Amino acid sequence: MSEPMPPAANPPPPASQSPAPFRLGLWLPLILFAGLFGLFVHGLMRPGQTTVASAFVGNPLPQFDLPPAAADRPGLATGAFRTGRPKLLNVFASWCVPCAAEAPQLAALARAGVEVDGVAIHDRREDLTRFLASNGNPYAAIGRDDARVVQLAIGSSGVPETYVIDGRGVIRYQHIGDIRASDVPMLLDKLNAAATPGGGS
Amino acid sequence: MIAELGLAILWMAAALAALQLIAGSLALRPEGRALIGLVRPVAVMQGVLVLVAFAALITLFVTTDLSVKLVADNSHSAKPLIFKIAGTWGNHEGSMLMWVTIMAVAGAVVAVIERRLDEATLIATLAGQAFISLGFYAFLLFASNPFARLAQVPEEGQGLNPLLQDVGLAFHPPTLYIGYVGLSIAFSFAVGALVTRNVGPAFARAMRPWVLGAWIFLTVGITAGSYWAYYTLGWGGWWFWDPVENASLMPWLAATALLHSVSVLSSRDALRTWTVMLGVLAFSMSMVGTFLVRSGILTSVHAFAVDPQRGAFILALLAIDIGGALALFTLRAGTVTEGKRFAFISREAALVFNNVMLCGILGIVLIGTLYPLVTEAYGVKVSVGAPYFNPAAAIFAFPMFAVMTVGPLLRWRKDRLTGERSARTTWPLLVCAGVGLAVFAGVELAARDITILPALGLAIAAALLPASLLPLVGRNLRRTPLPVWGMVLAHAGIAVSLFGMASESAFSVERLAALSVGEARDVGPWTVRLQGIMPVAGPNWTALEATAAASYAGAAPIMLHPKAETFTNPPGTRTESALSTRWNGQLYVVLGEHGADGRWQMRFWWKPFVPLIWIGGAMVALGGLLALAGRVFADLRRFIAKAKIAVRRVDQGR
Repeated sequence: MSEPMPPAANPPPPASQSPAPFRLGLWLPLILFAGLFGLFVHGLMRPGQTTVASAFVGNPLPQFDLPPAAADRPGLATGAFRTGRPKLLNVFASWCVPCAAEAPQLAALARAGVEVDGVAIHDRREDLTRFLASNGNPYAAIGRDDARVVQLAIGSSGVPETYVIDGRGVIRYQHIGDIRASDVPMLLDKLNAAATPGGGS
Repeated sequence: MIAELGLAILWMAAALAALQLIAGSLALRPEGRALIGLVRPVAVMQGVLVLVAFAALITLFVTTDLSVKLVADNSHSAKPLIFKIAGTWGNHEGSMLMWVTIMAVAGAVVAVIERRLDEATLIATLAGQAFISLGFYAFLLFASNPFARLAQVPEEGQGLNPLLQDVGLAFHPPTLYIGYVGLSIAFSFAVGALVTRNVGPAFARAMRPWVLGAWIFLTVGITAGSYWAYYTLGWGGWWFWDPVENASLMPWLAATALLHSVSVLSSRDALRTWTVMLGVLAFSMSMVGTFLVRSGILTSVHAFAVDPQRGAFILALLAIDIGGALALFTLRAGTVTEGKRFAFISREAALVFNNVMLCGILGIVLIGTLYPLVTEAYGVKVSVGAPYFNPAAAIFAFPMFAVMTVGPLLRWRKDRLTGERSARTTWPLLVCAGVGLAVFAGVELAARDITILPALGLAIAAALLPASLLPLVGRNLRRTPLPVWGMVLAHAGIAVSLFGMASESAFSVERLAALSVGEARDVGPWTVRLQGIMPVAGPNWTALEATAAASYAGAAPIMLHPKAETFTNPPGTRTESALSTRWNGQLYVVLGEHGADGRWQMRFWWKPFVPLIWIGGAMVALGGLLALAGRVFADLRRFIAKAKIAVRRVDQGR
């Protein structure tokens, strides 16, 4: 506050002297903001989609031929899924606690007439035998995947995961984590959808 | 009782804000002149009331009044006192109350101290501030009441997010908030100046301390937040280009540009329209950032109060405030007369270049942050990270740093780099450029595997550091004004920070190891031996603590204790890394999972010169503080001198 300020010197508004291109520049921030606003409104209206759909859904199973993991079940090869009937492919391991927790649900699905095939990850035969003895054995075939080759090839990041495979060997759905009792009807729906060629989602 | 009182006071403060807006708008018309005396006292009273309301909420948290929903949801009686207090703003409702509090208190301070600006512009400014505040009052009172009671009082509170139980984090959000909201004052000044069409040096001088203050808080907040993410997340990185980080960076970039253009406007009366635009832009970026964080339309690790309905409310405020200000700008900016002209080689021109580059970086960050939103509109999910942000931002940042070396040495209006000025500017600058080239050549020759960006960063930092000290050469250091010291320190801080960033990405060594107790692993010049694992317990957590002996190049070992903490209420985990800092870098140790085979997963990083990133950030903030102190002292001296003159006049009987 050095010297008394001159009274607020409002410059007389020059009514019509700014050239046209300069005006356009002044509109630019408002136009950009309108675009931003539209984007935000669209973002808010969009229903919240928090799960990431697997990129493997819609792809055929990769070629594999796994040796048997258990004494009383055959191994598993890609050809087994080209039977015209949809199947479940369950990725599991005897050392995995949630896999034991989902065993009753897998058994229920098997009782409902669904063929369940398994891939045992990084397992030992005696551990697996003990696991199947105490949790039941719903599997028609169990392939042994010690190097996690098949697991990685079908985009499974952990155990347990369950895939719905249609009759032509194409992955139709991927379920990550253990199957809860409430998931069973949903999986049956997916299997039915996979039974109708080209139908379902 | 306290809760009801707090709510009532909040309503009263909102009513005063409405009065402030109405009286201020009427006072600008000739027929409303009588109301002009009302605006300042109302602004002060509004600030006082909302401060009382905020104090009431803090009291509820300190006493853990569980009948209040917010306290029951976010606090716990067993929590340490400091986190009870921090819990006040560690949630959506409390943080919004804090936002309004800072806004109203800042408005009150403007009403008390600002005397240089013409009264009409000041009244318009206060009315503008009341207008923004009203929107947030409505948000608080109708959509996020912090004082709501529970019908049934719970036995115990729900605790605080364990990740938020950290002293650094307790004070990190408020620091950023003060910065964000401080920019609202700059915004209101810009709106006020547009309303009265009085954009000039007086307006710039009134706005400058607020911009500077907000910018200091933002700098501190971003630097501290980066260090917090570095030591507590255990990922070994210091910047992730996460939407929330970007939300704090964008206002900082705009405020940095504003800071420089305000100084041009106040000393040279140039860049009038541009400064007003930046004033609007800086606070707009604060609001856009708040919207992005709170609405949850972008996926972020930080999102703690995500609610689309709240998002809609903030979006409406954003549209009204920013859309309104930009519409005003569009209508009025054409009538703001052009400021003084300047030559191509001049300090103004260098500052304009800096401004354009800063806005370029801002655009890059904004586009990168919003790009996932755009692609999701077309059903494609993408995530944008360092591979885009680093090179795209560098395109603008590196030329800006180059001009930063010369800008402060140039004269206002018109300068030459030849003739008698060459001894003062050109030759020292050429020496600095030579240093930079030598470093670049040295890096490229010594280590071929270093990519171009870190190598350029090292070279530019080496040239910028000496160049940033040049404005002090030939000056009497004892009579050099504080703002000049501030500028030198802040520019040197940028060089120091850049050197740390470039060194971190060029020379870091990372090791992932599964170690049994007694085993050792080499990482860079260090040897780290896992000596044992011990369980430890704190007031509300238990943890596994490793003891690791780290020895640098065979020297005596230093004991490090990385922890993996487990919280009980609510359940959660957190890793706490252990750091060993030397003059030439930092060793970073993280304890991971316990493997099935009895070995412990551990991660080690050797990061040469990484602390310089935050030391540089602190230097930048300190530079801002020196500049602010210089301006405030100068104002005080002028004020005292004026008071003395007034007293003398009275004594002389005039």
